[in-house]
Amino acid sequence: MTERLDQIFVVLKHWLLGYLPESWQTPVGVVISVVCIIGLYPALFAITTVLERKGVGRIQNRLGPNRVGPYGILQPMADGIKSLTKEDIVPTSADAVVHFLAPIILVVTVFMGFAVLPMGRNMVLVDMDAGLLFYFAMGASTELSVFMAGWSSRNKYSLLGAMRAVAQMISYEVALLLSSVVIVMMTGSLSLVKIVEAQNHYSYGLPHWFIFTPWGFAAFIMYAIAGTAETNRSPFDLPEGESELVAGYHTEYSGFKFALFFLGEYVAMFSISGLGSTLFLGGWMAPFAALQFIPSWIWFFGKLFVSMGVFIWVRGTLPRLRQDQLMNFAWKFVLPMCLLNLFVAALWRFMGDGWLRWVVCSAILILAYVSIGREGMRRKQFGPRSYRYAE
Amino acid sequence: MSSFGIKNEKLAGWNRPPVFESDGEGELLEVAMGPHHPSTHGVFRMDVVLDGERVIKLKPVFGYLHRNHEQLGQTQSYLANMPYTDRLDYFCSLTNNWAYALAVEKLVGQEVPERAEYLRVILAELTRVQNHASTIGFLLQEMGASGTPLMYAFREREKILDLFESLTGSRMMCNYMRFGGCRVDASPAWIEATRKVVAGLPAFVDEFERFLMTNEILMARCQGIGVLRPDLAVNSGISGPMLRASGVNYDIRKVDHYGIYDRFKFRVPLGDHGDIYDRYMVRMLEMRESISILNQALKDLPAGPVMDPKAKIRNFRPKAGESYGRIEAPKGELGFYLISDGSPNPYRYRVRPPSFINLTVLEDMCLGSNVADVVLIFGSVDIVLGEVDR
Repeated sequence: MTERLDQIFVVLKHWLLGYLPESWQTPVGVVISVVCIIGLYPALFAITTVLERKGVGRIQNRLGPNRVGPYGILQPMADGIKSLTKEDIVPTSADAVVHFLAPIILVVTVFMGFAVLPMGRNMVLVDMDAGLLFYFAMGASTELSVFMAGWSSRNKYSLLGAMRAVAQMISYEVALLLSSVVIVMMTGSLSLVKIVEAQNHYSYGLPHWFIFTPWGFAAFIMYAIAGTAETNRSPFDLPEGESELVAGYHTEYSGFKFALFFLGEYVAMFSISGLGSTLFLGGWMAPFAALQFIPSWIWFFGKLFVSMGVFIWVRGTLPRLRQDQLMNFAWKFVLPMCLLNLFVAALWRFMGDGWLRWVVCSAILILAYVSIGREGMRRKQFGPRSYRYAE
Repeated sequence: MSSFGIKNEKLAGWNRPPVFESDGEGELLEVAMGPHHPSTHGVFRMDVVLDGERVIKLKPVFGYLHRNHEQLGQTQSYLANMPYTDRLDYFCSLTNNWAYALAVEKLVGQEVPERAEYLRVILAELTRVQNHASTIGFLLQEMGASGTPLMYAFREREKILDLFESLTGSRMMCNYMRFGGCRVDASPAWIEATRKVVAGLPAFVDEFERFLMTNEILMARCQGIGVLRPDLAVNSGISGPMLRASGVNYDIRKVDHYGIYDRFKFRVPLGDHGDIYDRYMVRMLEMRESISILNQALKDLPAGPVMDPKAKIRNFRPKAGESYGRIEAPKGELGFYLISDGSPNPYRYRVRPPSFINLTVLEDMCLGSNVADVVLIFGSVDIVLGEVDR
């Protein structure tokens, strides 16, 4: 029973394909999977927008949307209908073709990343040998669309936003890649399916996820920071910082094109979270051996929503960094830590089993964290102050 | 790069900021921030010339909200002006009322009963607390904190506005003070409610301080940015928390002893750096002092009339003469200058708006900083456009 529930989507797909001639099965199978992905993630996006507005509302001591449907859960429908019926304005001086293409390219490249993400046992669109590489190639091309949007709008705010976005995304792309390379070093494979399988064993009922190793934990932290910056979320939401640049690169977008940008941003968050849980949190694996009876896809999407929850929580909590601080942080802290982590992972691999490698690797990382952090803070001239009073 | 050469040392660092010019590479970008930019607090425009993201020139453009306030004031009677003063700094209508009432009382030599003076102090300090709380909230909103501190500040402001509403009948346009006292008396129930609200305020300030004061991002964004040197501050007539953040000890409550402020014990917090963080912290500490004044005033509140029985309301015609009444409004020195020629209307009615004058040094503070900093520096000035443009 549990086995069948776990594989229900796979079985369903094969049952459907069984009615088709042999030569049709592969292309139609791909189309079915693609349609599922394209249908599923916008639905999750709709749920997330209402969750985010509710969650941030609670953090901010207010109710959030509660008028459309029970508890406001139909709010995304209302938003969707509104954005579909709004006038689509293209500025007269804008480059209309590029202006039109930018949101489409964003959404397309963002969705491409899901092709290689395993969303459950045997649930992956393409088990590509170079899956991780493909994912990062697609992730990097979202920058193109952001810059297209900023450049073609002929708006100074858009241009500044796009400039910031490209600088930020390229800087953090490096950190994102380097933090994931550690996993590739350990598993010896770029295939995301293999990476999940490498974590798929338990000892004493606890899983062997990569996050539960010193290098894996460090890489996960770096990945989380870089992933937040990559998706332009608070506190790294400078490209669209509404108090400075109105709306950044999508200032001149309205109606459905704006909705596409919005969709692209959230789907990118899902995608980054999905990759993060695949790399570090065991993908579709259950956190305890005893809980393996729950279907694998529930675990995958559960992890996705937990990480979305963290995104929302951070957004409701932190103020925004400034551009130069952001860049300093990327190049002077995250990058050195990532590089050192590569070395630590190699050390871990060649030290063999035993408690010694735990001690050595943890010590190196903690030492590096403290010293790089302290060195970085030493040159900064800020800290708590005391104040004097005049009587 | 973070502070663009502006050193963050103790007063030795009050040197002139370097002159910022384009490095000659690339083109300059002229951006009109406003009049409908999300962080210009209304309709205000800053014409900014940018080299990359660095500001090398900034021109504030005022007047989008000009309502002919002073000319209007000269065409109607003294009393009819009172509700108009609400609309100057619409966040703090009660202090506006007080400053105007003070000017007219000086003009005619009107006495104010004891209880009215106490009520005025209570209302002014409540106004100060809610203004400072909201200013800090807005500042963090502009820093990108997506509204959370602002909503917390507004929760407290809401309680104070409820008090205003139950006393004066209006939440923001209070129109409460009169020449020679206050319009209506406060009921014992109101006093009790005020006591309760004031008792809750220290917890709110503590919470704000605990979460925000030592936040690393906040310190990194605010310290050493938008430095205003004390000499420039004094020369340009800056007043209020902004002046005190630059280290100048000048609080009109202490200097003028207007009203009954010499009866209360309170201290004036001073900053040493004159940057955004100091402005933010001075407001924070002033809230604490206001709470202490409130406690003292609520304790000593005497019984009695709130309006001088000899005060003339109908047919109010002051003798020819002039007067200047000023108070320490939450935003700085708010003054009203009046010339009377013996007619029912003022011959000259002039407002000295702290928001407007504090805004004149905007360019000096912004040169060499980022676009992101401009928004913060602008927010740390604490303005209300109704008062800037009048």
